[in-house]
Amino acid sequence: MTFSPQLEARFEKLLQSYPPGRQRSAMIPMLLYGQDEIGYVSDELINEVAKRIGVEPLQVNEVLTYYSMLHRKRLGKFHVQVCTNISCLLNDGDKVWEHACKKLGIGHKEVTADGRISLEEVECMGACSWAPAVQVNYDFHHFVTPEKLDELILDLQDRKDAL
Amino acid sequence: MLYNEPNPLETRVLSRRFGLPNSASIDTYLATDGYKAFMKAVGMTPADIIEEVKVSNLRGRGGAGFPTGMKWSFVPRQSPKPKYIVVNGDESEPGTCKDRLLIENDPHQLIEGCLIAGLAVDAHAGYIYIRGEYRYLIEIMDKAIAEAYAKGWLGKNINGTGFNFDLYTHTGAGAYECGEESALLESLEGKRGVPRIRPPFPAVVGAFQCPTVLNNVETFCSVPPIIRDGGAAFAALGVPKAGGTKLTCLTGHVNKPGVYELKLGFPVKQMIEEVGGGIRGGKKLKAFIPGGSSCPVLTAAECEGATMDYDSMAQRKTMLGSGGVIIMDEDTCMVKAALRIMKFYAHESCGWCIPCREGTTWLRKILTRFHDGGGVREDISLIGDLAKNMLGRTFCPLGDAAAMPTISIVEKFRQEFEDHLDGKPCPYENARHMVMV
Repeated sequence: MTFSPQLEARFEKLLQSYPPGRQRSAMIPMLLYGQDEIGYVSDELINEVAKRIGVEPLQVNEVLTYYSMLHRKRLGKFHVQVCTNISCLLNDGDKVWEHACKKLGIGHKEVTADGRISLEEVECMGACSWAPAVQVNYDFHHFVTPEKLDELILDLQDRKDAL
Repeated sequence: MLYNEPNPLETRVLSRRFGLPNSASIDTYLATDGYKAFMKAVGMTPADIIEEVKVSNLRGRGGAGFPTGMKWSFVPRQSPKPKYIVVNGDESEPGTCKDRLLIENDPHQLIEGCLIAGLAVDAHAGYIYIRGEYRYLIEIMDKAIAEAYAKGWLGKNINGTGFNFDLYTHTGAGAYECGEESALLESLEGKRGVPRIRPPFPAVVGAFQCPTVLNNVETFCSVPPIIRDGGAAFAALGVPKAGGTKLTCLTGHVNKPGVYELKLGFPVKQMIEEVGGGIRGGKKLKAFIPGGSSCPVLTAAECEGATMDYDSMAQRKTMLGSGGVIIMDEDTCMVKAALRIMKFYAHESCGWCIPCREGTTWLRKILTRFHDGGGVREDISLIGDLAKNMLGRTFCPLGDAAAMPTISIVEKFRQEFEDHLDGKPCPYENARHMVMV
């Protein structure tokens, strides 16, 4: 499997970051950084990571199912994550979530037909003082209202770099 | 960057560089006393460093509040095994968003804290575990680490002292449980983040089966000021048995939510009124959570005379926790709050211990039914009983974290549960347009 030179460099650095014989430690970072590049955790990625850290693919699969950010299915180009945990809830994060579902016509962990946007209701993402919070891929958006979310979605639908 | 205006009532020790131009750069850091504490520590014996941290009365800022100096003293220096420094940057306790600012605005302070801890316990490598959602912080931290290597503050023979230290970032991938220290170590080793049986504690058997100092980001960031200005000066900022300041995250129904650095022992009422700008819309306070969603809630009456420190909160049978303050106004439905908190813990339970795995799911189902108007009177006691039966029966504190707020909400707001009985819709529906979680 081939990756971009930047990702290869990152993998190389990761494999040297842990004590000798402990390369398994690189598994979760490699899966997440790999997912960022190819869009999801594919069978091919699992096999490749397993080979590089010296474990069986089954062992990788066993670990990755634990982590909620690792996805075995392809998500949208823009993954919109809405927090509805307590601090966001107190600031109407639940309304933002409902609005997002209605606006996009999709639900939790679903993808729009054009593959551009996916939605996920997520647990606390560490933006509690600036609630309600939304993350698009890794970008934080604070104090989100249904109106601000509309603008955000319009922008994502317009972006030429998407597909 | 800063996401809220600073407040004049703050005591800015850890956050003193926040807001400076290029505050995250090594040049800014060096121009503002950066790495001076490390150089001072090089001239001290390891025992003296640990003693200074003990004198400071620094207690763990991740939630448990364990005395940091004591934790460091448990590491067996004479062990032939390598020792490790591990930074817990998994910040995921609902209500908490402070470590994010410490890394974003002043990553070198964290590096310096790791270096001093390394000197104290003879460790020469460290890992900064950062939750996966904080990807931009990993980039900031990696950049800071690269700068430190380039300028000789990491690597071999640091600044001519003969001390070697390597530091790495490690990303999580979405798991609250990995904020628990032993689960974090499992995750660092490329495994599912389930807790380890203790003892042995990480100080003796931690990362890669070696002695390990594992502390929260804010705890490590407190170390350079302690060594630079002396443990006594840090201790004097706080209250007896708890020194220094706490980055406090005001969240919920306040006019000026934000992260503020306050002296330990800061009065709760003053914090809400003068730092947080009071409750939004001039409403009354109904409930107060001092340090993340796992803490028992306090009623407005219980907040009278309370101060933000470990002992004051312990007297009120709750915890200072992580500093994630959650403020709920008079219109808040406490059944819904209990439900949302339980939904979180049910989602995050790792499944290792049955009382937690089954208990959180069962409670989530009952609370969902209850909030929906389908509850019966017996359910109210059942919720409390179930939660009590989780307490102390799990390997890690996640079970307790789910049980404690639930028990307190049922005990202190029982009337609200009764208001939902007999198929009645949520009585707070009009106030806040409830939707089902």
